[in-house]
Amino acid sequence: MALSINLTVNGEAVTKTVEPTCLLVDFLRDDLQLTGTHVGCDTSQCGACTIHLDGQPVKACTILAVQADGAEILTIEGLAPEGELHPMQAAFAQHHGLQCGFCTPGMVMTGIGIARQHPDADEATIRRELEGNLCRCTGYQNIVKAVAAGTRLMTDSES
Amino acid sequence: MSDQSMAPDTASLCDPIHGGVAQPITHDSAHKHVAGAAFYVDDLPEPQDMLHLYAAQSPHAHARITSMNLDAVRQASGVVAVITAADIPGHNQIGAVFKDEPLLADGEVFYNGHPVFVVAAKSIEQARAAAALAKIDYEVLPAILGIKDAHEAQSYLEPPQSMGRGDVKTALNRAPHRLSGHLSVNGQDHFYLEGQVSLAIPGEDGDVHVYSSTQHPSELQHLVAEVLGVASHSVTVEVRRMGGGFGGKESQAAIFAALAAVAAKRTGRAAKFRLDRDDDMIITGKRHEAEIAYDVSFDTDGRIDGIRFEQFIKCGYAADLSLAVSDRAMFHADNAYYLPNVEIKSFRCRTNTVSNTAFRGFGGPQGVIGIERVMDAIALHLGLDALQVRKANLYGGPGRDVTPYHQQVTDNVIPEIIGALEKETDYAKRRAAVKAFNAAHRWQKKGLALTPVKFGISFTTKHLNQAGALVHVYSDGSVHLNHGGTEMGQGLMVKVAQVVAEEFQIDVDRVKVTATHTGKVPNTSATAASSGSDLNGMAAQAAARTIKERLVDFIAESRGLPKDQIRFQSNKVFIGNDFVTFDDLVHEAYLARISLSSTGFYKTPDIHYDRDSHTGRPFYYFAYGAALSEVVIDVLTGESRVLAVDILHDVGRSLNPAVDLGQIEGGFIQGMGWLTTEELVSDAEGRLRTHAPSTYKIPVASDRPDAFNITLFSNTNREATIHRSKAVGEPPFMLAVSVHSALLDAVASLGDGTQLPPLDAPATPEAILRAVEAVTAQNERGDG
Repeated sequence: MALSINLTVNGEAVTKTVEPTCLLVDFLRDDLQLTGTHVGCDTSQCGACTIHLDGQPVKACTILAVQADGAEILTIEGLAPEGELHPMQAAFAQHHGLQCGFCTPGMVMTGIGIARQHPDADEATIRRELEGNLCRCTGYQNIVKAVAAGTRLMTDSES
Repeated sequence: MSDQSMAPDTASLCDPIHGGVAQPITHDSAHKHVAGAAFYVDDLPEPQDMLHLYAAQSPHAHARITSMNLDAVRQASGVVAVITAADIPGHNQIGAVFKDEPLLADGEVFYNGHPVFVVAAKSIEQARAAAALAKIDYEVLPAILGIKDAHEAQSYLEPPQSMGRGDVKTALNRAPHRLSGHLSVNGQDHFYLEGQVSLAIPGEDGDVHVYSSTQHPSELQHLVAEVLGVASHSVTVEVRRMGGGFGGKESQAAIFAALAAVAAKRTGRAAKFRLDRDDDMIITGKRHEAEIAYDVSFDTDGRIDGIRFEQFIKCGYAADLSLAVSDRAMFHADNAYYLPNVEIKSFRCRTNTVSNTAFRGFGGPQGVIGIERVMDAIALHLGLDALQVRKANLYGGPGRDVTPYHQQVTDNVIPEIIGALEKETDYAKRRAAVKAFNAAHRWQKKGLALTPVKFGISFTTKHLNQAGALVHVYSDGSVHLNHGGTEMGQGLMVKVAQVVAEEFQIDVDRVKVTATHTGKVPNTSATAASSGSDLNGMAAQAAARTIKERLVDFIAESRGLPKDQIRFQSNKVFIGNDFVTFDDLVHEAYLARISLSSTGFYKTPDIHYDRDSHTGRPFYYFAYGAALSEVVIDVLTGESRVLAVDILHDVGRSLNPAVDLGQIEGGFIQGMGWLTTEELVSDAEGRLRTHAPSTYKIPVASDRPDAFNITLFSNTNREATIHRSKAVGEPPFMLAVSVHSALLDAVASLGDGTQLPPLDAPATPEAILRAVEAVTAQNERGDG
């Protein structure tokens, strides 16, 4: 039995019919073609599918699409207008905070969450907060640098 | 400059190009990765009516299939096709080197998880649900699950191999000291963040186009063709990028590509095979588990006289790349040390487990950790600092420069690297501080170790050391670059683009990196063995040079000038006292009907190897490095933490220092995971019980050492590699052996300083606790 849901995705109102078993990540990837949100482990551990739901970073592989009914969803594609980069995105690119790039969208979304929750985050805090996002290529060194730099950029631009 | 007024203009005219070699520019896809706009196979728009595949797996490690009733599967909702071994149109074979690996089990299953049949359905949920409806009867057969059982049953993939030189027997018996010991080293899952995935699209004439996350498009193409029973020209493989590979997508990707291709061909519909994490970890091969035994003799300085290694390598049920992996474990049994009298015996154990495969280091890490354990054992036995013993055994000049496979080491810089690192980190002071800490703390103990790496660069299978490239210069001066290498995050594409930019002297953003494609460059080797930039960089340079030479000929002829007055620089071509922009020149050449496209080819010179005698020069050169690791353990819980790491590593003249530093850092942390937290556990039925990140722990951000310093060693490759750079993919992985050695040092501090703790790898809290208890029990017995 399909259900109708209304939500906002990257600033646009979306009304769709979904199966009650449909995961939010599949809804985003398959129904809305927002494939920047990746699936790494399917079980809420690796963080590659991290998106923002009502401003909070969440893992989209363990939320049902129907649970997002009425919510405001932000994905990696909605962070900045076409051709521009959000400060956290720019920081990841500039500080070599990526190699294969598969974990990057989730890292960026989590990074923004860290910046908002801990505007003065030190390195230890960033490392702890990143524990739910796995990267297999880097040693996290440049990812941590990028989150720190992105946090500074965000704080500067918001102050 | 005689005319001062010309100076500013000349300076701006000659601004260096952006993104030439040696510049630390960002990854070519960085701006796309951060925007979620870099497409992986699973992100490509799905063709209409595309099918999703699911593989049903064997629940037994070894069994005969006595009956298989798939009627209910076929009739299940959404199912379009069910594929068994009998449905494979060509050969039911996916063996990369030997034909001993059935694509789908044919009457017999050889490991727990072996794919038995495949369901193609409209959705992955339907495919998975349908697979569960199969009625299969098995007659369970005896299974060999471990190295010990395989060795006892003499279950080997090939007869035991032996490599060596000198008179080991005499040397073992004559030296003042002799020790023997043993080390168990577990395997490792690749845990690439993007799991295995292939999308096959049927074309006209029965052709198939396969998008795959693979490090080896050419082999995949050939294997898919064999499985389909068609010629290789009927199969095209395309790879834009992988979400990590690490060796796990060298041979393993072919299984899923071939099954997707069979489904596509059978149904006439596109078919995607994407594994979820659990299935990926169960079905695909891993780093080889190994048992290493040693018998060593040495003098009072700890200098080795004779040494015998026995390496038992767990290969799994089929050969895959295991023979070459086992060979490389032998090649690196010396690591950076001269072994005057040496014998390395290698047993390639065939077991009823998943067929193990390539993984960063390719057997090298198992070889290296073996000899590093020997160094620690000698040091403890003699009561010497382990670094002193290591330094006493390093390769040196003439007389101490021949490897167990008889290759002379001519580019040795390891004494310099170790000396510099020792000085830079103030090793003696650090050692004293660790001793003081341990004296002051009862429940926490620190350990310190400085270990070297010498890693041989080249595929040890000679014919693989070749590469091709294809370069087009369009009439607007923009460049299309293609080569046989694949991008898995290691930065190969940006490095090769920098080489081409440098050659044409144009900004790197004028060079478009394009997807690896078997229709553009054929018969390529895997992007493996750290060889990607060495091989493809040279091939791309050759292609660019061919085009450049045509342009030079064209200018010389059209302007009536000698060639030595033509110079490419700063996006321009200087011709005598004049210049034109590169773009204008290209357009002019196009109008003059000059060919602006070329292939390029490279083969590594001066390498040879006789596998029967295990002698020769398998490696073109060696890459070197060393790491100092400091750790702390909790004696009561066995928990550990890496506190500080200092690395000095040789990449020759770096093509891109930012990319190389990333490889060193990432390789080290991955190696640290292998030796500390990553534990593969199987049960008595051979069923993998650690098949998700919930139970299989790769390092997370907070595991990184608090202090982590990486420095590139100033060096140049003595061989004529691409811009005198050195390969960087694998060597740094083995720097992490310093972590394991430091953990051993920490545990050993609980004893009287001479006891060797029985610490295996990985050094999980349980393993550390076992080693701690063994040492303290020995203390209590007073026999330490």
